[in-house]
Amino acid sequence: MLITRRVEFSASHICRREGASEEENRALYGAAANPNGHGHNYVLEVTLDGTPDPVTGMVFDLKELKEVLNREVVEPMDHRFLNYEVKPFDRLIPTVENVAIEIWNRLAPHFPAHAKLSGIRLFETEDLYVDYAGEA
Amino acid sequence: MTLTRRYRFSASHRLHSAQLGEEENQRIYGKCNNPYGHGHDYVLDVSVSGPLDHATGRIVDLDTLDRVVRERILDDFEHRNMNVDVPAFADIVPTTENVAVEIGRRLREAWVGPFAGTGTQLRKIKIYETRRNIFELSL
Repeated sequence: MLITRRVEFSASHICRREGASEEENRALYGAAANPNGHGHNYVLEVTLDGTPDPVTGMVFDLKELKEVLNREVVEPMDHRFLNYEVKPFDRLIPTVENVAIEIWNRLAPHFPAHAKLSGIRLFETEDLYVDYAGEA
Repeated sequence: MTLTRRYRFSASHRLHSAQLGEEENQRIYGKCNNPYGHGHDYVLDVSVSGPLDHATGRIVDLDTLDRVVRERILDDFEHRNMNVDVPAFADIVPTTENVAVEIGRRLREAWVGPFAGTGTQLRKIKIYETRRNIFELSL
């Protein structure tokens, strides 16, 4: 059975490639290349895959899931400037793809085999999201 | 990793099959058979997958994706009467099933040039005719 929990965080970022010209950056990232940054209301959906425990009737304790999401994602990223305040985005461009990979890497170790992290969906806007499941 | 980008277009259509009689068209398509047509605000989700380009942090060049979808789909569908303005629907009923097949065909055809050598693959389209009627096609 799959269970999904949704959390939101708001953060700012800049998408620019070092060494690339202004023109190249605009072509690659559009308005997101603005060197002063801009922000989004990110929406993160986290899906666990497991079997309900016969005693508790739960795949995973949702309280604990909420705590893990808050500790690993919301607290470090909410109302932050990703490039300046959240590692590894001091050296990695915080595209929605890279932010999703980082969130996966932060979350995956916290779930047991009987309720493993099955996938995450990260919305940068309502019109753009990525699905990631830890694959290369 | 899969990335999904959402696009929108508003268009009208009339569901009427030349192979069926008036009564049968009325029975099968109901209100959608209204001779003057009617419209929807369609939502089109395009999903692509590919390896991460570590230099750019992207799996797809969004500017190119937007351009392909705009030039091949939106420019022809936006604020059009599909039965009249889109040649593919001259003889085919523009049900959203058929619209999905046509959009899928156009995207597949357009894909080769702009994304050659990038590893970016077209995966799926999902069309919302309304919030309640949703059509999904793997590509």
